[in-house]
Amino acid sequence: MTRQTRERMIEALLFASAVTAVVIVLLIMVFLFKEGAPFLLKFGIHTFCLGMEWNPIAMDGEPSYGIFPMIVGSVYIAAGSLVLAVPLGISCAVFLVEIAPLWAEALIRRGVELLVGIPSVVLGFFGLVLLVPLIRDSAGGFGFSILAGSVILAIMALPHIISISADAITAVPETYKQASLALGATRWHTIRNVILPAARSGIVAAVILGMGNSIGETMAVLMVTGNSPILPAPFYDVLDPVRTMTANIVIEMNYAAPGDHRQALFATGIVLFVMVAILNAISHRALKSKMEAGR
Amino acid sequence: MGTKDIEIESRNLNLWYGDAQALKDISIPIQKNMVTALIGPSGCGKSTFIRCINRMNDLIKGCRITGKVLFEGRDVYENDMDVVILRKRIGMVFQKPNPFPMSIYDNIAYGPRIHGTQTKRELDKVVEDSLKAAALWDEVGGILDKPALDLSGGQQQRLCIARTLAVKPDVILFDEPCSALDPISTARIEDLISELKRDYTIIIVTHNMQQAARVSDHTAFFLLGEMIEFGETKQIFESPVVESTENYITGRFG
Repeated sequence: MTRQTRERMIEALLFASAVTAVVIVLLIMVFLFKEGAPFLLKFGIHTFCLGMEWNPIAMDGEPSYGIFPMIVGSVYIAAGSLVLAVPLGISCAVFLVEIAPLWAEALIRRGVELLVGIPSVVLGFFGLVLLVPLIRDSAGGFGFSILAGSVILAIMALPHIISISADAITAVPETYKQASLALGATRWHTIRNVILPAARSGIVAAVILGMGNSIGETMAVLMVTGNSPILPAPFYDVLDPVRTMTANIVIEMNYAAPGDHRQALFATGIVLFVMVAILNAISHRALKSKMEAGR
Repeated sequence: MGTKDIEIESRNLNLWYGDAQALKDISIPIQKNMVTALIGPSGCGKSTFIRCINRMNDLIKGCRITGKVLFEGRDVYENDMDVVILRKRIGMVFQKPNPFPMSIYDNIAYGPRIHGTQTKRELDKVVEDSLKAAALWDEVGGILDKPALDLSGGQQQRLCIARTLAVKPDVILFDEPCSALDPISTARIEDLISELKRDYTIIIVTHNMQQAARVSDHTAFFLLGEMIEFGETKQIFESPVVESTENYITGRFG
C-alpha cells in the first residue's frame, strides 16, 4: 500500500467517524419527532404545553395531557439549582485560581473531580435518606420538594461550573491583573472589576450549559421531588413537590400503552429537547457576542 | 551629582527567586523630577529592580527580599506599608500595552474610581486631562466609548500612560514601554516622557541604548543582577568608568 492510499484511507475513516456521530444525533431526532410530533399536532402544541392537568388514563371521561406543571417543575428545579450552585461555584473557582496556595488548589481539584464521579442515583439516594427528612423536619412540608431537587442538582452542577469557570478565569491574561494592581487596586477589587468581567463569557457559558444539564437530569431528581404533576401553590413555595419532564417520561414509560399516552411521553421528550437546544444556542450566542465585545 | 531631592533610594537591595539570586546589593539614589534609565542585557535584573519599588514582586511566589527601598525616606517593605497607597503614588507602565477590555473612558476612570473619584463631572475631567497629558486626546477624544483594544499598539501604550497619570502618582515606572512598538510610536512616547518629567519622577527600563541616551538624566548599568555603574547619562555614555559598561554601550555584547 502506498503512502498516499494509506493517508486517504485514514482520512476516510476519520470522516466516517465524524459522520457517524452526526447521523446518530439526527436519527434520534427523527425518531423522537416521528413518535411525538403527530400527537403534538393532533392534540395541539398549545393545549399540550400550557395544559394544567396530566391525567393520561382517565377512568371516566377524556384523558388529559397537559404538561405545563412539569415544564414549570423542570424550570424551577434547574433555576433553583443554579441559584445555589452559581455563586458557590464561581466563588470556588476564584479561590482556586486567584487565592489558594498550591496544596489547597490540588486538594480542592481532587475533591471536585470526585464529585463528578458520583453516580446520580447515589446522589439521589443520599437526598432521599438525608436531605428529604432534613427538609421535612426543619422547614416543614413533605420534604419531597423543589428545594430538595435543587440542592441535589446543585451538587451535580457544581463541579462543572467550577471547572469551566476556573478555566475561564485562568484564561484571563495576567497583564490585566498586573495593570489593575499597579493602579493601587486591591486583590478583591481586581477580581470583581477586571478578572470576572474578562472571564464573563466563559462563566455565562458555564451557567447556561449547567442549566441545560440540570433540566435534562433525571434519576436524582426523580428520587427527591415527590413527582406530583401539579403546580406548586403558591407558585413560589419551594417546599412543594413537583414532577419534572424527565421524571414524567421515566415514571410512565413502562406502563404507557401504545397510542396517545406513549406518544404524549415522546412529545414531552420533544419539548425537553427543544428547551435544551435553545439553551445551548443561547450559550453559544453569549460566548460569541461577549468575545466580540471584549476583544 | 548632588544628593538634593532624592525621592527613591534602594539600599543594599538583594532579591531571590527561590534559590536564584536576581539582585545583588543594589544601591541607587533616584532624584525627583529626573528620568533615570536602567540599561543592561536581558535577565540582568533591571525589570526585577523596578518591580521592587512598587512591590509588584509581591505577586511572585518564592520571591524573597533583603535590604531597603526608601520612598520619601520610608522603607516600602515596612510591615505597615499600605501597598494600595504605595502603588497609587508609584505608577507603572508595562512592557506590552495592557489596556483593560473596556471602553477607553473606563480604562482611564478605573484608577480614579478606586481612589474615590465618583462623580461624572470629576471623572470626565480626569479622563480628559489624563488623555491630554498623554498626547492622546486629539486622537480619541471623540471615541471615548469605543473599546480600548481597538486602538493601535502605540495608542494603547499611551492610553496605559494616561491611565497611570489618572491616579495622580508622584513616580512613574516604565518597564520597557516601547519594546512592542514601531519607531514612530516609540518617538511619541519618548517625547511624552520628556514632557512628563516636569511633573513626575521617572524610572525607565530599556533595552534601547539610544533611547536611554535620548530621554534620561541618569543611567544605571546592570549586569547579572549587579549594578555595575551609575551616573549622569552623559558621563555613562561618553566616558564610562567600568570596562563592561563600555563594552555593552559600544555594542560588544548584549
